[in-house]
Amino acid sequence: MNKETLDQWIERLFDQDRRATAKLISWVEDDIERAYIMRSVLKQTGHRMVVGITGPPGSGKSSLVEALTKLYRDNDERVGIVAVDPSSPYSGGAILGDRIRMQAHGTDRNVFIRSMGTRGHLGGVTRSTADIVRLLEGAGYGRLLLETVGVGQSELEIMQIADTVVVVLNPGAGDGIQAIKAGIMEVADIFVINKSDLPGAERMKGDIEMMLNLSCGKTWRPPVVLTSVTDNKGLELLYDKIEAHQAYLLESGQRDQQRKERLHQEVWRLWEDKALDAFEIMWEATSGKLVNIDQEDPYEVAQRLWQERFKGG
Amino acid sequence: MKKTRIRVLVGKPGLDGHDRGAKVIARALRDAGMEVIYSGLHQTPEQLVEAAIQEDVDLIGVSVLSGAHMTIFPRIKELLKEQNAKDILLMGGGTIPEEDIATLIENGSVEALFTPGATTTEIVSWIEEKLSLSKGDVV
Amino acid sequence: MSNNFLSWKAKYDAQKERKGPFFTVSSVPIDPLYAPGHTADIDYERDLGNPGEYPYTRGVQPNMYRGRLWTMRMFAGFATATETNARYKYLLKQGQTGLSVAFDMPTIMGYDSDHPRAYGEVGRVGVAIDSLQDMETLFQDIPLDQVSTSMTINAPASILWAMYIVAAEKQGVPAHKLTGTIQNDILKEYIAQKSWIFPPDPSMRLITDIFKYAKDNVPKWNSISISGYHIREAGSTALQELAFTLADGFAYVEAGIKAGLDVDDFAPRLSFFFNSHTDFFEEIAKLRAARRIWARHMKEIYHAKNEKSLLLRFHTQTAGCSLTGPQMENNIVRTAYQAMAAVLGGTQSLHTNSMDEVLALPSEKSVQIALRTQQVLAYETGVTNTIDPLAGSYFVETLTNQMEEGAEEYFRKIDEFGGVLGAIRENFFQQEIADAAYRYQKEIESKDRIIVGINGFVNEKKDDKMDLLKIDPEVERAQVRKLTALKQSRDNIRVQTTLTDLKETAQGTDNLIPKIMDAVRAYATEGEIIAVLKDVFGEYREQAVF
Ligand SMILES: Nc1nc2c(ncn2[C@@H]2O[C@H](COP(=O)(O)OP(=O)(O)OP(=O)(O)O)[C@@H](O)[C@H]2O)c(=O)[nH]1
Ligand SMILES: [Mg+2]
Repeated sequence: MNKETLDQWIERLFDQDRRATAKLISWVEDDIERAYIMRSVLKQTGHRMVVGITGPPGSGKSSLVEALTKLYRDNDERVGIVAVDPSSPYSGGAILGDRIRMQAHGTDRNVFIRSMGTRGHLGGVTRSTADIVRLLEGAGYGRLLLETVGVGQSELEIMQIADTVVVVLNPGAGDGIQAIKAGIMEVADIFVINKSDLPGAERMKGDIEMMLNLSCGKTWRPPVVLTSVTDNKGLELLYDKIEAHQAYLLESGQRDQQRKERLHQEVWRLWEDKALDAFEIMWEATSGKLVNIDQEDPYEVAQRLWQERFKGG
Repeated sequence: MKKTRIRVLVGKPGLDGHDRGAKVIARALRDAGMEVIYSGLHQTPEQLVEAAIQEDVDLIGVSVLSGAHMTIFPRIKELLKEQNAKDILLMGGGTIPEEDIATLIENGSVEALFTPGATTTEIVSWIEEKLSLSKGDVV
Repeated sequence: MSNNFLSWKAKYDAQKERKGPFFTVSSVPIDPLYAPGHTADIDYERDLGNPGEYPYTRGVQPNMYRGRLWTMRMFAGFATATETNARYKYLLKQGQTGLSVAFDMPTIMGYDSDHPRAYGEVGRVGVAIDSLQDMETLFQDIPLDQVSTSMTINAPASILWAMYIVAAEKQGVPAHKLTGTIQNDILKEYIAQKSWIFPPDPSMRLITDIFKYAKDNVPKWNSISISGYHIREAGSTALQELAFTLADGFAYVEAGIKAGLDVDDFAPRLSFFFNSHTDFFEEIAKLRAARRIWARHMKEIYHAKNEKSLLLRFHTQTAGCSLTGPQMENNIVRTAYQAMAAVLGGTQSLHTNSMDEVLALPSEKSVQIALRTQQVLAYETGVTNTIDPLAGSYFVETLTNQMEEGAEEYFRKIDEFGGVLGAIRENFFQQEIADAAYRYQKEIESKDRIIVGINGFVNEKKDDKMDLLKIDPEVERAQVRKLTALKQSRDNIRVQTTLTDLKETAQGTDNLIPKIMDAVRAYATEGEIIAVLKDVFGEYREQAVF
């Protein structure tokens, strides 16, 4: 595709054309002219904050996204949603089912829902997620919601994209303890105990509050919000807490700090990509030399080839 | 410039809840390396088309068992046209009599129809073939 | 195993086996031979019992088909109430005594014919019923004290049932004389069939309200038909169908008890509905095991005193999912075997699918062949001459035991989820069924399983064209016109009052059925009543699993 056509597509994105938005997202995801596209878009975006919603499978993340979207729509705000699901490690394919839960906004032209697979990326969030969120911002979606499945370590990545991380848990079944073990405590800016219509929600809230008492030192104490999407409870409170957190980020100067850190991380990541590409090319040329299966171990081979290549350490 | 993954929207229009076929297909397409956006039961043509656009899929696959195939397929096609999204292909499955299949294919309401008994392998290869031919004009 | 058996086994192993695989349609492996060793632990009195005796493995009546043949009940309904009424009159003239109503999808999902969601679906897979007016038309000149009527309706069962009772009332037939069945089984909707409207809790309330109302006012009515049919159609194995259906049954028993009823007040009116697939012996074993498990649980766990509470009475339908589009006539043969399995399993009533049901509503001709299939079975094959002829078969008794053991295993798993509702919430059933369906499909594609006309014995020549029943789109327009006219002519103030009343009751805990009947009497439509209830109860949405 020549740059002129691409520029036209990008123009259409800024004009809030949904087809163009969708196509540009695909290209970025598929690494087609990604740098070019993002350089045009990033100049004009990055102002809106991203709310990340994470938590174990089935905890009600999509239901909450739908409910929050409804509240934003009531204020006539436009909402962009990215929902990430794991890809199959075997085939690389994926079944992305979050839309089912967001039907209420399925034909609302002011809501854009995009599902994506992790495509082999372990973090629960794909490499291009951050870029895609910005594309949605560029297309005029002021509220940005990002849903990712989180079990254990993978939440850490959402922190790099989302300004406010909402961790969704459910009452019962020892979730509280697990959450703490999995290191969720550090990630959450807001805890949600969804399905609080089921027994055990208050007790779980108590458990989490207790853990929060122990982890001192932070200036923002994550609130613990009980919600029930089925009974339509606690959703406005969640909305308010998100607003409060974002206000805090701005007032405390944390937001600028975060943006600086992210810029670093992103540059590093782009370097990584470049390095990896370069290595892959080198590897093609080198891997043919791995002949001696019986006599060398991988440490030795790696060392030998590295030295041959770079004439040194 | 090559797209790296085929994306397919699988949904079920109509009021009936017979999603056995849709789910088996979704799973088979995933196992063939495709990204399947599953939008579930009771989808209106409007919902399907809007989802197809937002998700930028290459193909919509719907299963119709309610007997409403003669209204649903043409309606989806018409909406795709209205949205300038004619490049999104439409594939269908379900209990559809032979003569209706012929009519729907002939008048361009659908690219392919699979009746019970079609294998998932057949469907996967149809998609792969069809998309490798047409992908050039998409990008 | 005896020496005798072992020496045969040695000889068997020395010979070549043809390419199997030897497993049932549910992928259960089958041994080459069953012998006395397999059934040595069976105690006749304890495990089989005579027909009509505990644990009812051999049948629910002492005389079974020597007394009366099963009811040949063909499911029918299409287009508008007027057309279906004519079909019913025809069927009754043919000697059928039971009617079975198929509703269209909008009715099943609680939408009136003029709702945008109903577009294109009115009168297609069954009859469209919007209000009492349609119900009156449906049974015009059919004396409701002389027929028994089965209605395949679940989420909105209370409303359609109320319409039926009021329609009878208008004919001068009091409710206590009415006989019939409503399917009313919402659990299997969440598990498999997916025609749900409300979330589980209010749905269960509607069901127990029906139990209570039926007990006091419509005592001869089967207030629920606990259905495995749709679980199987969604792709489950025979064992899953058995286990999940009975687990649902126990859940309804527990709900009834929790709602303050005595188990014997409603358990005698619980009925069941199973699928009969092509794997002959597996189906028979499933049905025999079902009776035994139900009786044992009802007696030992729920302490039912009334013998009728122990009896698992059921309707069977042959497996729609086993029918093929190509070489459609082969479906007649499949259906015949399936029907025979149902009868050898001791069914109380039977629907045989028509060969063309895979593609459309059945034509009159193919319905007739399907009915004739049952008549040949009843009058020519001789399988009805003696009761439970397969009892004592080493193979069938072994399979029956395996079914019971497998079901008990599932019950334990379901208990771990805190019961059926917990297991639904955690997608346990849905995942089990999705896996089984996918496995079955893969077996066909790898040709481990041969389906004639699909992946084996495929005809080169195209099939001859079949005459299929078509529904005229004018049906929908006519139904919508009728509805519009009704909404203008009825007393709309009364409609509003009854709906407001209903809403208040829904917010409280009183029995909903009398209020629904009031609204129905005022000619409130099904859609209007559902909308009020949705307002209070909310709507269910699935979490899809693959
Ligand atoms: N009882 C109850 N159920 C809820 C509530 N919120 C969501 N659910 C149910 O929980 C299930 C999962 O909801 P989703 O919103 O799909 O959860 P999710 O976290 O997005 O799930 P994945 O994306 O699959 O990880 C659905 O069956 C919902 O109906 C709630 O507040 N109470
Ligand atoms: Mg989700």
